[in-house]
Amino acid sequence: MRSMQPLIEIQNLTYHYPDGKQALNGINLAVMPGEKISLVGANGAGKSTLLLHLNGVLTGEGGIKVDGLALEKANLGRIRALVGLVFQNPDDQLFSSTVYEDVAYGPTYQGLPHSEVQQRVQAALDAVHMDDYASRNPYHLSGGEKKRIAIATVLSMQPQVLIFDEPTAGLDPRARRELIALLHELPQTMLIATHDLPLVEQLTPRTVILNRGAVAADGPTTRILRDARLLDENGLC
Amino acid sequence: MQERYTHSSSPVHALDARVKVILTLVFLLSLNLTPISAWPAYILYLSLTLSVALLARVGTGFVIKRSALALPFMLAALPLVFTGADARPLALPLLRELGWSVPVSLQGLERFASIALRSWISVQAAILLAGTTRFNDLLTALQQIGLPHLFVAIIGLMWRYLSVIGEEVLRMLRARASRSASAPGRYRAGGSLAWRARVTGGMAGSLFLRSLERSDRVYSAMLSRGYNGQQPVEGLEPISAANRRILLAGVALLAALWLFGLLTGR
Repeated sequence: MRSMQPLIEIQNLTYHYPDGKQALNGINLAVMPGEKISLVGANGAGKSTLLLHLNGVLTGEGGIKVDGLALEKANLGRIRALVGLVFQNPDDQLFSSTVYEDVAYGPTYQGLPHSEVQQRVQAALDAVHMDDYASRNPYHLSGGEKKRIAIATVLSMQPQVLIFDEPTAGLDPRARRELIALLHELPQTMLIATHDLPLVEQLTPRTVILNRGAVAADGPTTRILRDARLLDENGLC
Repeated sequence: MQERYTHSSSPVHALDARVKVILTLVFLLSLNLTPISAWPAYILYLSLTLSVALLARVGTGFVIKRSALALPFMLAALPLVFTGADARPLALPLLRELGWSVPVSLQGLERFASIALRSWISVQAAILLAGTTRFNDLLTALQQIGLPHLFVAIIGLMWRYLSVIGEEVLRMLRARASRSASAPGRYRAGGSLAWRARVTGGMAGSLFLRSLERSDRVYSAMLSRGYNGQQPVEGLEPISAANRRILLAGVALLAALWLFGLLTGR
């Protein structure tokens, strides 16, 4: 049996925007298989920028390893299959005329045989409880439905890690509650960037606070959410 | 999307925006009404744009690099080379052996070169205008010289939202790249060309719908703040005497150049 190695290992990651502004400043983080982690921090703390590094959409200085693979050009294809990124705005992610085609994009791009693509789309839609939506046009769905389809579009690639950017932003209370229940059900390792502290409390045993592009705190959610001063210092209450 | 304007304290930057807009329009008119094959005149026009670039301290390199924008317009004139009245089959040894013949017209070639050169210089003039005038000044100037409010509003809003839509495109491309992975094993990633084209088409369609919806939202937000289709008219300051002299001198120079072009061209 393989010894426990981190599924994602980030070492001293630093990133500057093209205009020279520093976005990430020496981030170190290890995500173990099966963990569910929240990434919290004020607007502009670097949460989204960090997430975009985890499958190589952005590339900063420092080292990132996913499942033992160094994040570099040669491994991008493999790593993008391991890391499923769910964007904040589902409209950015859904661009086909049917839900089926959108969910099939990932496996089709991978060149999988038609029968396998079909099977994966079915499984992904089942997992988000949207199995009778395959022929619908994603453009006409509600916010909560679009969010579920967006999750299905990465589930169909059978990733090991799911990464969410503000998953509950803009959802009504019921859609939000159902989404949190869904995230509970999904077995994958998760990293969730969010401002939704009740979600953090319910869903993820571990919390990481980012502040000005650096890790300000990393520990059990129960301890971090009880530390009013820590939350205040990092613009979270 | 960044503004093409580069700040500097040159005399060209300091010139009244209305004067610059009018001179640019007159320049474009006189250049493009110059007959074909007026090569000496073209050279004078080109030296005019490059001198203004030097005077404005934006650099001739900047202008020449950016003016590559004219290339697609040049392509549109390319068929002239093969369809002129005096088209004759070109006797290239290799082509002849293959049994192909391409009709090439010398007149057509001349026309094409004239059009290409003129569009290149025209684009340079536009780049100089945009590079030495703040966008807002340009809009105000357009309005003050009598362009209908509606056109000015369209140009202004287009400029304002181009960057927003550009960012939307960037986010969509990122979302697509995130899902463009390869599977372990013998599968070849990438999909067929037709499938990729369909995906790209879908993205364009989705972007169009979203932009349309955004324009509705923007319009409602404008209405709710009292927009009634009229831009607030700014106090019209008359063009200063010095600027008026420059305007007259510029128009006279361009008229002289145009006459020179009439004499040298065909």
